[in-house]
Amino acid sequence: MARALINAPAKAARGAVIEIKTLVSHIMETGFRYTQTGEPVPRDIVTDFTATYNGEEVFRARLYPAIAANPYLTFHTVATETGTIDLKWTGDNGFETTERIRITVE
Amino acid sequence: MTCDGKSESAATRRDVLKIAGALALGGGASPALVTPAEATPAEMQAAVASIVGEARINDGKVKVDIPPLVENGNTVPCAVAVNSPMTAADHVKAIHVFTEKNPQPYVISVALGPRAGLASISTRIRLRDSQTVLAVAEMSDGTFWSGRAAVIVTVSACLEDVL
Repeated sequence: MARALINAPAKAARGAVIEIKTLVSHIMETGFRYTQTGEPVPRDIVTDFTATYNGEEVFRARLYPAIAANPYLTFHTVATETGTIDLKWTGDNGFETTERIRITVE
Repeated sequence: MTCDGKSESAATRRDVLKIAGALALGGGASPALVTPAEATPAEMQAAVASIVGEARINDGKVKVDIPPLVENGNTVPCAVAVNSPMTAADHVKAIHVFTEKNPQPYVISVALGPRAGLASISTRIRLRDSQTVLAVAEMSDGTFWSGRAAVIVTVSACLEDVL
């Protein structure tokens, strides 16, 4: 499981828009590069990211090779209720990483 | 070098490739010459059309925030914000980002909804050349809006060799 860094508020007022910053460690090999002997380097990227707030999907992203290594992605969501936000990255070669954020809504 | 032709125009590069291909007579050609991996503005238009179909794309509402001059094309901060109230009746459904001169026009596609609260994302992208980055937003009423940013890249992405 790859390392992921998350920055999100632990507490929020009900109905407030919160920003969630995510970063996952991944080489994001584009598949457009060649070794010095001319072999193509196979593509190895994170292709999908989803954020699920208490079981409901609130954000989804499709990534392409033009995303820099160690994909950094920020998005917003409305703090509706106390609970968890599950973040999931999936990619080539069976790559999968999950992170869980706990948020208290007052 | 893999993604070459940094400062040449597409037409010039193609001519060079034709001559190089004729001279190579197999065997000697490097892989970079065999696969001209370059998305031209026409390819970007095709990529945009594959998303929006026949619909008209309006200018405005979408703001693409990229530094106008970037030193390293391998990691370029890119933020896209769409002006929308993000209510159930009027929200942004999706944001797509495209480039003109990368090997592939697609950069990122995100799906949003009223639960997002704010149609604003940021990420870091790769740029192979000085070019225009286009963002297209799909609204809940079926309209499309776009914004763009011109970027000058000093050091291109994907120039380094892999060991």
